[in-house]
Formats: sequence, structure tokens, C-alpha cells
Amino acid sequence: MNVSSRRYSTAVVLQVSGRLDQDTCDAFRGQLMGHVDSAAREAGAVVLDLSALEYVSSAGLRCFMLASRQAKAQHGRIFVAQLQPMVAEIFQISHFNLVFQVFPTVREALGAVSAEAAAAYEKA
Amino acid sequence: MRVRFWGTRGSIPVALTSADVRDKLAQALVQASGRTFASYEEAHAFASSELDFSLTHTFGGHTPCVELVLPGEEYFVCDMGSGARPLGVHILARQARRPATVNVFMSHVHWDHIMGFPFFGPAYVPGTKIRIHGCHDVLEHAFRLQQSPPCFPVEFDQLGATIEFVKLTPDQPYEVDGLTVTPHLQLHSGDSYGYRFQHDGKSVVYSTDSEHKLENRAEAEGFAQFFRDADIVIFDAMYALAEAISVKADWGHSSNIVGVELCQMARAKHLVLFHHEPANNDATLEGLLKEARRFEELTRGDHALKVSAAYDGLELDP
Repeated sequence: MNVSSRRYSTAVVLQVSGRLDQDTCDAFRGQLMGHVDSAAREAGAVVLDLSALEYVSSAGLRCFMLASRQAKAQHGRIFVAQLQPMVAEIFQISHFNLVFQVFPTVREALGAVSAEAAAAYEKA
Repeated sequence: MRVRFWGTRGSIPVALTSADVRDKLAQALVQASGRTFASYEEAHAFASSELDFSLTHTFGGHTPCVELVLPGEEYFVCDMGSGARPLGVHILARQARRPATVNVFMSHVHWDHIMGFPFFGPAYVPGTKIRIHGCHDVLEHAFRLQQSPPCFPVEFDQLGATIEFVKLTPDQPYEVDGLTVTPHLQLHSGDSYGYRFQHDGKSVVYSTDSEHKLENRAEAEGFAQFFRDADIVIFDAMYALAEAISVKADWGHSSNIVGVELCQMARAKHLVLFHHEPANNDATLEGLLKEARRFEELTRGDHALKVSAAYDGLELDP
């Protein structure tokens, strides 16, 4: 599992790749929570780009849930975008599509954050 | 060793309402629109083969009570939820006035797991022997308390059966009339215990009222060991995963998805979703079953896991 980040205006896009399961979720959670905390302090948002995520287990989904709860507690925002078909189906099966706003593309998720974030993404 | 489900609902008994029955009937008629049936048998075949389970059946509403049927004369029962009432009727009819010997294994003593005992007919029959096994110190106290005034008109000491309480130690195997049983501690308010039953080369795990903390690898591996290669795992799948780890975290229950994952780890053969949320209707429960089956397909390695949902009246042979 790897995580890379890019900033677009007030939004941070985290691209998560590989498998997110019990073996990798601790390392992921640490990185994710740090970004959620920073984004909330800057009145920004986190967009999770899951286009390269191959698999997520219940332990991985729990990381997303903890991030969502922390974002809500800090009045921050977190969005999910560009899920591969298998991960999209796992989101539906586990009812995580009711917890997160899921967007077909990172561009659309950034559009939900702000016009500036979407414009910055298009310029990049 | 046959498994017979007398009560499969969690927390509190529920029943279909008249509106529920009318709705099922209306939906069945819509799906049969244009069809004609020359006989009851034709209509029955249509209902059995073409309509969803949730239209033609109900998962039922009794709280936990599961019977393990073995070749001998004695009875083996997990929990004394409200399903113990119809189980008692069954035992009395089968015994035909002969006193029975009933071995009960208690997951814990929350009300939904003991509420059927005051209505368990064999408890009123002199000569009947009832051995209530469990790991809780408060086992006998709980059974006596619910039959104390002003909660119930018949006090525990007035029951005709000879009732014995047998304290078990977690992770220690016991032999009970040819059945090997091993209790295992589970995460639940006031603790609960799962049981692994083994007989004649077959194994059944009864694991209800058990929350699983997903971040704890040691806990997951411990349960995978407890479920290892089991023929049937009866599993607390009260919620969908998102619900179980958000608004209902720390409520002491688990999800269909975690059931699939643990049984895959354990290479168990058959997962049976159990302890259904009382707020869920039959269509919702069937949806959770379909989702669990799809999750199993998506995540299957070299080991296929069968997934079912328990309902009152279901019988399974490992």
C-alpha cells in the first residue's frame, strides 16, 4: 500500500494504491489522520483518490470511518473519488456509500470542494 | 449433528404485522400478474422457485435459541431466548410424558437470551433434568431473578424439573454426553462466550453477541483459530459493516462482512448469519445475505465459503 499527496488550492488529494487491509491499515491511518487534521485546520478538504486501490478489507474501511468521524468532529470535509469496480462494490456492500460522498472522478470531487480547487486541478 | 434454529432474532422478539403480510401478498400477486395456476401445487411451485425468500417466508422473530440434534436421548440447546417456548413444545411432544434431559449452553445472560426459560414447558415437568452450562458467575442469579416477584408469577423454586448450573472455564474442552464443547470469551457488555461443538468428526460454532475490533490482529487470529475448519459457524451479523463500526460501535455486535472475513481466515465451510436486528424487515435481511454472498465471491481465494442467513425453523446438517 502506498499513499501520495498533491495539493490543489485548499484541497489535498491522497492517492491510495495497492491493498488496504489489516497488514497495512495502521500505517495508512497515521498518514490519513494527519492530512484530515491539517485540512480541517486550514478549512480545506481531503479527497481520497482510490483509482489505484485494488482491495479494501473491513480493517481498511474502518480507517476511512475513523477519518470521516475525525473530519466531522473538526468541521472538516472528506470525499472519495474514482473507485475501481471491485472497491466500489465493496463500498456498496458494506454500506460505506451511505457514509461517504463518492464521486466518479477526482475532478468532480474537487468541484464539490471549491471552484478554486477544481481550477487548480485542471491547470496542473 | 443437525442444527435446528428456534430463535434467530437479536435483542427483542418481533412478529410480522398485518401490513407486512398484506404487502408480501400484494407483491407476490404483482409478480404473478398474468399467470394462472391450476392447482395449489402449481402455485406453490411458482412461489418456491420464482419469488424471493423474503416474499414467501419470514426470518422470524424469536430471540436466540438453537438446538443441536444428536443421535442420543439428551437435548442440547444454545441459549434460552423466546425460541425456547416452541422448543419446549417440541420436546414435550417428542418425549410423550417421558422426562427429558436438556443440556443448555448460555452465551450470556442478557434478557433476550434467557427470556424463554419461564415459558420452557419441560421446566415444569417433574423428573426432567436441565443442566445449564456457562462461564458467568451470575448465571444462576440471572435465571432466578427473572422469575422473582413481581416479574413472573411462578418462582424458580416452584419449577418441577431438577435444574443444575454447571460452571465452565473458557478454552477448556468438556465432554457432555458424547458432545465435546469448548467455550471461548467474546467481546460484549458483561462478556459473552461462544461455543465450539464437536461430534463424530463434525464441528459447529455458536458465536453470538460478539463484537470484533478490526484493528486487533491478535483478536482476529484468536477467532480464526476458534472457528478453524468448522462445518458451520453461527455468527452475530446484526448490522451492516458501516453501521457496526460507526453509530453502533461498542454495542457488542458484528456484521455480515466481518463474518465472511473471519470464516475465510478460518477456512470454515458454512457461515450462518444470526442475531438479526429487530428493526430490519425480511427484505432488508435478505439484502444483507445477498451482500455477504457477493462479498464472499469478490474476496474468495482458493477456499469457497457457503453463506446463509438463519431463520426460525431452519435446519442444517453439517
